[in-house]
Amino acid sequence: MTELLRRPDGPQIPLAAGGVRGRRPFLTTRRRETTAGWLMSAPVIVLLVVFLVIPIVMAAWVSLSDWNGIGSPFASGVHAVGAKNYEALLTQPGLPQQQLGESLRNNLYYVILVVPVQTALALGLALFVSRRRLTGRGFFRAAYYFPSITSSVAVSILFLYIFGTTGVVNAIIGYLGGGAGPNWFDDPNGLLQMILSGLGVGTAPGALANHGFLGLSWWNWLAGPSVAMIAIIVLAIWTTSGTFMLIFLPAIYAIPSDLTEAAVMDGANGWQQFRQVTLPMLRPALFLVLTLGLISTWQVFDQIYLMSQGNPEGTTLTPAFLSYLTSFGNQQWGQGAAIAFILFALIVVLTIVQRMIISERRTGGAS
Amino acid sequence: MRRRRQARRALLYLVLVVFAVIYIYPFLLEIGTAFKTETDAVAHPLNPIPQQWVTSAFSELAQQDFARWLANSFVVALFVTLGRILFDSMAGYALARLRFRGRNGLFAAIIAVMAVPSVVLLIPTFLVLKELNLFNTYPGLILPLVTDAAGVFIMRQFFLTVHPSIEEAARIDGAGIFRTYWSVVLPLARPALMTLMILSFQGSWNNFSTILVAHSSPSLDTLTTGVGRLVSGQLGAGAQYPLQLAAALAMTIPVAVIFFVFQKYIMRTGEGGIKE
Repeated sequence: MTELLRRPDGPQIPLAAGGVRGRRPFLTTRRRETTAGWLMSAPVIVLLVVFLVIPIVMAAWVSLSDWNGIGSPFASGVHAVGAKNYEALLTQPGLPQQQLGESLRNNLYYVILVVPVQTALALGLALFVSRRRLTGRGFFRAAYYFPSITSSVAVSILFLYIFGTTGVVNAIIGYLGGGAGPNWFDDPNGLLQMILSGLGVGTAPGALANHGFLGLSWWNWLAGPSVAMIAIIVLAIWTTSGTFMLIFLPAIYAIPSDLTEAAVMDGANGWQQFRQVTLPMLRPALFLVLTLGLISTWQVFDQIYLMSQGNPEGTTLTPAFLSYLTSFGNQQWGQGAAIAFILFALIVVLTIVQRMIISERRTGGAS
Repeated sequence: MRRRRQARRALLYLVLVVFAVIYIYPFLLEIGTAFKTETDAVAHPLNPIPQQWVTSAFSELAQQDFARWLANSFVVALFVTLGRILFDSMAGYALARLRFRGRNGLFAAIIAVMAVPSVVLLIPTFLVLKELNLFNTYPGLILPLVTDAAGVFIMRQFFLTVHPSIEEAARIDGAGIFRTYWSVVLPLARPALMTLMILSFQGSWNNFSTILVAHSSPSLDTLTTGVGRLVSGQLGAGAQYPLQLAAALAMTIPVAVIFFVFQKYIMRTGEGGIKE
């Protein structure tokens, strides 16, 4: 401050950035800031353009071409084939369409099970560890969060062991008198079909078996997650709930304590307090967790590659892994890229739909 | 009333402890099984303490290219972290503080880029690395991971919370924009830089898919892809649990060290997502 006053001849730069408005702009400062601004952003801009924007455009071209992986996709021998790759996946009956259908089904069950459970678990853990008088709070937090920072490779290895035929889970099932336990990663049976056959519906009713969507009969769509997929679902919940717990924590601390105190004064019990005070206050955090969960669960790749490669019988195939397999494995790059863009579109549409539902609820609640 | 409260308190701790066991016990098993014999690992899956301690899994790992994978992981994580800290903080500072034409458009573009799902980028990354002749090179492993919009966002949000008076005092003293940034702003930004450093190191150390598509030569394998290859290659030839879990343990240790040293900063990273 005194520094400022001592230099009446220098340019008067206001202390707060907000004070600029209404003053005559200093042209030289302005120009210097423009140059510096672009220069300082340049490395990030160059990287984003070279390693993100241009690659996406290149992949878009590949998805419309017949490139077979040999030479450059921009060489003269590569032809545009229009939407042929997309048609093979979306409209023409055949193996590509059936595989895409399978992968979408598998991933759908994965999302339906992982997102709600991990969100509820993360919220529960966050509520528990945010208690004011809690001995060992730091320990509990660290324990719940640690799986989140471990690499997917290490966690996959660990779960291959835990869910192995002679592994931890089957040993526990054995102690509890449940017999030998399943061959987790070799069992393609769907959970819902197993339940149905337990109820006496062993074979598909004609209406469900003869009609279908994307190359799969409705009966197959309704199979549920396979036993193998359930092991991967447990892994996902175990690894990510800590991350989302960490998102909930500051939101919980931000709830004014007089709000909860007022609720207690009004005679609200624990559950009422949670429903009426805590949950409404946590809405923004809840939406963030649901959105992030939805986006990331549709991208599951590492665990599939490392644990099952889509087996058994294609019941752990996901669009992300199918895209990789089709391009890098079978050298059908056009189709692989097309799957990636279909997945991209799916994620964008789902995010937009979710936003619309949320904003509708918000305005509905306010009126 | 008081007894009921005590009972509830006991129940709370019981739940917390049960979950802590679920989250920690697998790691204890990982440590223990890494020192077991193959038969021991299969016969006593629930007991983390080996019947007989052996280190054969680690000596077998040493015979693989383990040292090379470790070195590659360090090289990649180091350069990715340095690159992100430098570039993201520069861009974040420019976007938060400097008034220049096109700034809002640039910020909007960076937000849009953040929304691109990373798994969709596997084929595009491979294509561009091939075209630029960077496939199977170290820059090819590093540059796609340095490309990062989220870090720019984190740094920008941080600089918005710092009061501008200090840097403006420096500028009045005649320091240029770059000098102000380098010697005044960056030291102030230590908390945010720590967060970014931890995120970048952990993210690149643990990255599997981007590194997978950026190379085919085994000499460029990092811990994740090297061990990943080891695991998926040996599934048919018997599980070799101690070897696999020893590899998993070895790759977890550096991240665990960082976690316990910088726990304060890590536990704060979740907040970044909430603001704004």
